[in-house]
Parts: sequence; C-alpha cells; structure tokens
Amino acid sequence: MFPRPIEKSSVGVRTAYKIFLPIALFIWLLPLLAIFMTSVRSAADINSGNVFGWPSSFQIIDNYTAVFTQSDAFTYFLNSIKITLPTVAISVALACLAGYALAIYRFKAALPLFFIFIAGNFVPFQILMVPVRQLSVETGLYNTVTGLVLFHAAFQTGFCTLFMRNFIRALPMELIESARIDGVGEFRIFWHLVLPLVRPAIAALSVLVFTFIWNDFFWATVLTNGEASKPITAGVRALNGQFVSQWHLVSAASLLAAVPPVLMFFLMQKHFIAGLTLGATKG
Amino acid sequence: MSSVESLDDASVVTAVDNRSWYKKNRLAIAPWLFLTPAILFFLVYVILPIFQSIWISFHDWDGLGEATWVGLANYVELLDDDRFYTSLWNNLLWLFLFLLAVPAGLFIALFLNQTVFGMRLYKSLFFFPFVISQVVVGLIFTWFYNPNFGIIAEIWNWFGASPPSILGDERYVTYGIIVAGLWPQIAYCMILYLTGLNNVSPDQVEAGRLDGAKGLKMLWYVILPQLWPATFLAIVVTVIGALRSFDMIAIMTQGGPYGSSNVLSYFMYEQALSEYGFRMGYGSAIAVVLFLIMLVFISYFLWSMYQEEKGGH
Repeated sequence: MFPRPIEKSSVGVRTAYKIFLPIALFIWLLPLLAIFMTSVRSAADINSGNVFGWPSSFQIIDNYTAVFTQSDAFTYFLNSIKITLPTVAISVALACLAGYALAIYRFKAALPLFFIFIAGNFVPFQILMVPVRQLSVETGLYNTVTGLVLFHAAFQTGFCTLFMRNFIRALPMELIESARIDGVGEFRIFWHLVLPLVRPAIAALSVLVFTFIWNDFFWATVLTNGEASKPITAGVRALNGQFVSQWHLVSAASLLAAVPPVLMFFLMQKHFIAGLTLGATKG
Repeated sequence: MSSVESLDDASVVTAVDNRSWYKKNRLAIAPWLFLTPAILFFLVYVILPIFQSIWISFHDWDGLGEATWVGLANYVELLDDDRFYTSLWNNLLWLFLFLLAVPAGLFIALFLNQTVFGMRLYKSLFFFPFVISQVVVGLIFTWFYNPNFGIIAEIWNWFGASPPSILGDERYVTYGIIVAGLWPQIAYCMILYLTGLNNVSPDQVEAGRLDGAKGLKMLWYVILPQLWPATFLAIVVTVIGALRSFDMIAIMTQGGPYGSSNVLSYFMYEQALSEYGFRMGYGSAIAVVLFLIMLVFISYFLWSMYQEEKGGH
C-alpha cells in the first residue's frame, strides 16, 4: 500500500492526521456548507448582508416549502424525472444490444464501429447543436420531454456501448460458444445467458447516466424554452432570475436539485465508481 | 479412413442445405440486428449533425428563412473577430489550468489512501462536488466571489483590503470560473486515482521499499507507472471537460464582462441562439473550429486505445 499506512507511523503523526482529516474535509466542502447555511436563513439575514455568517434564525421548513409554493420548482423536478428515467432505460438497452454485438461477433466493421461510438461520445455539443435543434423543431419535438429523451438517449449510447462492449468482452467466451454448439439461438444466448451476467454493468451505467442527464444544462437550454419541459437545472437558473436577491430560496432550490444524484451516488456507490473508472475497480 | 471423412462431409452439407437462409448466415447477420437500433439513434443525433453543421457553416442562415451559400465567408469573418481570439485564448487557459486537476486529484488521493476509522465516508464526501450539477456549483461560486457579501470579500476585509470583484474584472474573471470548475474536476481525478491506488501491486511496493525507495522516489518510479491507466483516463476526461466548459460560464458570467470570459463553446451558443441574433452559419463555423481542436485530442485518445486493443487481444 502506498503511501505507508499511517498505523506504522508514530503516535504524533497519527493523531495529527486524524485531526487534520476533518479540517481538510470541512475546507473542501465549505462551498456546500455555505449554500446550506444560506438555504436555512431568513430573508432578513440576506437583506442585512448576513449571508455567510451564523443565521439569526433557522427557517429550514419555511424556505424549502416556499421554493415549491412560490415557483414552478415542482414542475421542473417532475420534468427532470420524466427526462432522466426513460433516457437511462433506452440508452442502457441500446448499449446492451450494441455492446453484445461488438464484443461477441468477429466481423470487419466491429472495431471501426466501436471507435465511432467512442469518438462520438467526445465531440463538442456545439457541433450538434444547430442540426439537432432544427430536427427537433421540424418534428415537433422542440420543447418537449420526448425530444430531450431521444437526443440524450442517442448521445449516451456512445459511452454506454463503450462500457458494455468492454464488460462483455471480459466474459468467458466458452460459455457462448458451447451454447451455440447446443443450438441455442443468438437472441436467446443474449437474453438468457449474457444479460444476467452483465447486471453489474447495467447498474453502473444506470447510475452514471442518471447523474449525467439529471445534471445536464446545455441541452435543456437549447431544446426547451418554456416551463412545460424545463428540467430542474435550467429551472434553477430561471429561479435565480425570478427570486432576485432572495438567495435563501435560490440556495434551497439548488440543494433540492442536487438531492437525487447525491442519493443515487450514496446508495449505489460501488457501481457509480465502477462506471466512472470504466470498470477498472475490483471488488 | 478417407471414405468416412467424405461421408461426414456429405451429411454436413445436406444438414446445412436444410436450414433456412437466416440460420445459414446467422453469425453474419445477427450482429447487425443487435446493432441496428443503436446505429440508427447515433446516426440521426450524432453522426449526421456533425456533417450538417459543417455544411451550415458555409451558409448565412437565421434558422428560419432560406440559407444562402457564402463559401468561406464565415471563417474569414472569424479570423477578423477579436471575440474569437479572446475565446480561443480562454480555451487555452482552461485547457492548461484545468489539467491541474490531475496532480491535485492525485495529491488528495494519496492523502486519503489510509484505512483509519470512517475513511470510506471521508472518501465519498470528498467526491461530493462531482455529483452536483455544474449549475449549482456555478451559483455557489458566484456568491463566493460577490464583492459585497461573499466569502472572498470577507477575507479581504479581514486583512483590511478592499475586495476585488473577481467576476466583474476582465483580468480575473476567467481564472475565477476555472477555479470553480476545478472543484468538481479534482474530485473526479481523485476518485480515479483512489481506485488506481487500490490496484497497485503490494509486492512491487514491498520490493521498492527493500531497494530503499521511499517518498517521492517511490511515487515516481514505482507507483506512478502503475497508475498510468488512471492518469490516462484523468487526462482524457479533464481535456474534454475543459474544452466543453459551458455551464459554468453560462451561469456565472454569460461570457462577460464585455466578452472577456467567453470560450468557443459559449461564444458559439451566443452567436447562434441568443438575443445577439440567430446567426446559425457563423455559430456553426465556430463549432467546426472547436470540433477540429477537439478532434486532435480525440484522435490521440483513440490511437492510444487502439494500441492497447491490439496489444490486449
């Protein structure tokens, strides 16, 4: 293990480490703590300039209810869910199929196709922006949840296919070959043999894509303009304009927007990290 | 012996002939059946739009009426546009300064790679900033930098100095936004290195110790070479992240003051889709330039992955 385990150091070093650890964490998360403190203080505090000091009163329930009663935050939240969940389902499903094809079959186009999926995943959003927006306008999908879902699902398919293909590649090939010799059809092999084995990959991709899409801001700005389909990220920005100098409400809304991905991360931490490191984690 | 073989062959041939056309060719056809949905989606929403954008960049178009062919005029105009050079310069700044996230992430990972009580929770909490939307991070830092009540202002006041307006000053604004962007990016690099450190072979570390290597020497000669996959991934995501930076700028400054914090991605958006007018052609030309810059990196990354693919299988 590197660096040297702290247990092997002197008592002094050990104690210093244990004291410094929470201090370092405190400094690292100071921005978040600050926004939390802001979200529970009163309007009077904000007006008197007490934005980062100790709140004069704690109005946690008042402020968080106000976000929902005084704005469209609830709609934004619901839209985010309506956009995120179908996107996760579609992109992971497409990637299972495509990743399986690219990992199992030996055909000439396999590697070039695989690299096109990877490359597409890295392109700047701006090179897609005008045509995708135009396509959405022409098909009546502009400013709809469906429009966002279809685009996100297509774009995430690149990353998901990369991940899935590498995961399936690492499975023992003999399993599939012996099933073929037994005369099992290709789709049945995929469905009954491979799919159960890739469950960890499905979990990793699901949490990761969930977080990416939930936090998307660019496409929400480009493909929506009304309240009807705006997700929470774009919503928070709109609230920032609506609640001018009511920072306690804007912070409360921002924190609410952060809750689902944070929960997702804490509940599925192992899968989340496995996804981020492209499966480099062991155990 | 040979007669047995030929008999076998014959029976195989008849068996094949009895199967349907799909069954005969299924190993060639099946992959395409599995691939079709993904390819269709990807083609319509990712591959074709790239070429459409390149095509649009040769036109003058407001997104509604007829597009007029103008050849290279958009690119010529770009070469004469000061805002373009400001954006390009800021993109370079982003690229270089954002890469600091890689060593910073390694540093924190080394600091946290211990097994004291509650370490798992510490690691997750350190990773927190990455999970939060950049919109929220941008808002937090905007308040931080506020010269009237922000934390930065408090610190300056404490020293008796008048606080700078970081986001209102052309000299500091880009650095201010990059620092905000680094916060989640460092967290990302940290987690990549923490997993990397987990997989470092203990035997080699022990062997290094026996050879008298420790501290920085050990890190440089024994640990870092083993961490290369993590480093590579950290560089890839950081470079792409730097060139994609949009959310932070949109939230914190909208490219201001006077366009001084613009980057190509935001400049493009501003030209094509904001109150400054719907210049789709000009915007697309900017997007093409950004795409070409990223293509350099993408090609390098793909080439590295291809080498690995060849070596691995």
